[in-house]
Amino acid sequence: MAMQQPATTSWLHRMTDSDIWWSFKSSPTTVAAAAVTLFIFVIAFFAPLLAPHTPFDPATLSLSDGLKPPVLVSPDGEWTFPLGTDDQGRDVLSAIMYGTRLSLIVGFASVIVAMVIGIALGLVSGYVGGAVDTVIMRIADVQLTFPAILVALLIDGVVRGIISVQRHDEIAIFVIVGAIGLSFWVQYARTVRGSVLVEKNKEYVQAARVIGLSPVLIMVRHVLPNVTGPVLVIATINLGLAIITEATLSFLGVGLPSTQPSLGTLIRLGNEVLQSGEWWVIVFPGAMLAALVLAVNLLGDWLRDALNPKLR
Amino acid sequence: MPDGASMNQFVKIEGLKRYFDVSAPWLVRTLEGRPRQIVQAVDGIDIEIAKGETFSLVGESGCGKSTVARLVVGLYPPTAGSIEFDGNDMAGSRSRADMAALRRRMQMIFQDPYASLNPRWRVFDIVAEPIRAFGLAKDKADLENQVGERLRQVRLTPADGRKYPHEFSGGQRQRISIARALASHPEFLVCDEPTSALDVSVQAQILNLMVDLQRRLQLTYLFISHNLAVVYHISTRVGVMYLGRLVEVAPTDTLFRRPKHPYTRMLLDTIPDLDMTGRQRAPVAGEVPSPINPPSGCTFHPRCPFANERCKVERPKALPIEGGTVACHAIEEGRLGVEERSYAASAA
Repeated sequence: MAMQQPATTSWLHRMTDSDIWWSFKSSPTTVAAAAVTLFIFVIAFFAPLLAPHTPFDPATLSLSDGLKPPVLVSPDGEWTFPLGTDDQGRDVLSAIMYGTRLSLIVGFASVIVAMVIGIALGLVSGYVGGAVDTVIMRIADVQLTFPAILVALLIDGVVRGIISVQRHDEIAIFVIVGAIGLSFWVQYARTVRGSVLVEKNKEYVQAARVIGLSPVLIMVRHVLPNVTGPVLVIATINLGLAIITEATLSFLGVGLPSTQPSLGTLIRLGNEVLQSGEWWVIVFPGAMLAALVLAVNLLGDWLRDALNPKLR
Repeated sequence: MPDGASMNQFVKIEGLKRYFDVSAPWLVRTLEGRPRQIVQAVDGIDIEIAKGETFSLVGESGCGKSTVARLVVGLYPPTAGSIEFDGNDMAGSRSRADMAALRRRMQMIFQDPYASLNPRWRVFDIVAEPIRAFGLAKDKADLENQVGERLRQVRLTPADGRKYPHEFSGGQRQRISIARALASHPEFLVCDEPTSALDVSVQAQILNLMVDLQRRLQLTYLFISHNLAVVYHISTRVGVMYLGRLVEVAPTDTLFRRPKHPYTRMLLDTIPDLDMTGRQRAPVAGEVPSPINPPSGCTFHPRCPFANERCKVERPKALPIEGGTVACHAIEEGRLGVEERSYAASAA
């Protein structure tokens, strides 16, 4: 679509020249949050390469390694298990790396599901209007009255009722992605609808209608690019929320099974041994979850302000 | 100026009506026993536009002139009446391709140069949009040529195509808008107050460009404006609208020098003239009534100094007079004589 830029301004140059980059650089909190997020992303996505153990391969586990304390706080610790082990003899550090990976996958996937549903329904609702708009928005209103976790629990419960336990463990990740995605679409739909209502009466949309472009083309080509800003902000903030929701569900035992533990599952497993004094099994995954969500939310807050021309 | 009926009609609008439902939602209406509310934005309008001429619609805000523009280009379907473009009824059923062929020939220029260009698109893509939509370019090089040519036509450079709309001033943006409208080689342009958002000096620039383009490309304009000086400058014929109806249509010179309808006279009295003739002017009294419940008979009667009982009950018909038409009982009955005006031609 777009014309070629002259070769003198490279893509990188234009990026480092932009307002967004400047606002990013001038906020130390944001730079720190971005660094933490990047670090977590790297260790999570390269977990199979970086982790010292493969914690969920039963063949590599030995019960005699069970419940070893972290190496820095107790002489009983071993350097092979720097953050200690749980009651099965699994390395907590490796479990966290693999768990963060799963948490991030679920987080991203459910944000994408929510975004796709929300943007599509929001566009249709705003552009078509009338009865279609009323129906979609009333469904959204009804859904907003239920907490997201309740909706996710309901969907998960229904799926569990339909399929067998073994099958459920296999598809648990899809169920939870779908459940979280379905409970978060409302925010996108409302935001997009609001923006569409503003944009569709602008004259550039009318100009496209005079040319005779189909409504679908107008929505995708003209309206959508003008609503991406707010959607991006919601997506970033929702990523943290989705990770937390997944952790909550897994902690309650309705999320990911212990064969595929996310951070939430690890916290649940740690909770079981907390009473007997093995605090490290729960504290380290908890700290990881807190750091991840905090960093992502700080990024989201910055993005919201950076993209809002009124706050510049 | 040939007589209106005998001209070769390029655009023919007959009995055009457009009502908008502005009622409260059904539930509220039922519970509170409120009636439906219908705005009669356009209430039966006949216009004939000859090829190559500029037909202007003037009137106060809310008289329905912008609605007429949007009806003509098909942004709204009419409630009643027909629009014929070069002998083709726009409402007639035809294939997508035939419809596109008709749409290609008419384009629109909008009022607000800040809202009429997509802020996320480069100027090149904005001007290229109609060319792409109608498949008018053979290949990429041809497309670039055509867009460059259109930009030069409105006195921009092809290099401007790389920029975004926010890098241009209001006048330049309006020229981009014109370039986009010209991109599909249209024959008929609907201009909805194209200069009202611009500085006076820039207005003249845009108007001169439009006149120049009209001469070179044999364009036909439907020009919507509330600025009589602009209308005087650009039009061949003028239609005066009041509350969704045409009260007077006349060749520009006739309208400005020998206005007939009392409303036209009232509008002309609002133009300051440089000659300082010292003539007593009738101030524009009252304001436009709500188009939801328009007055009976002649809708202008509550503000008209010449209204009588007949004006309150009977809707006046458009009667031919001096190369135009006027809808007024007082003129028809001879109660109101024609008065000569000297309109300062330098006003534009």
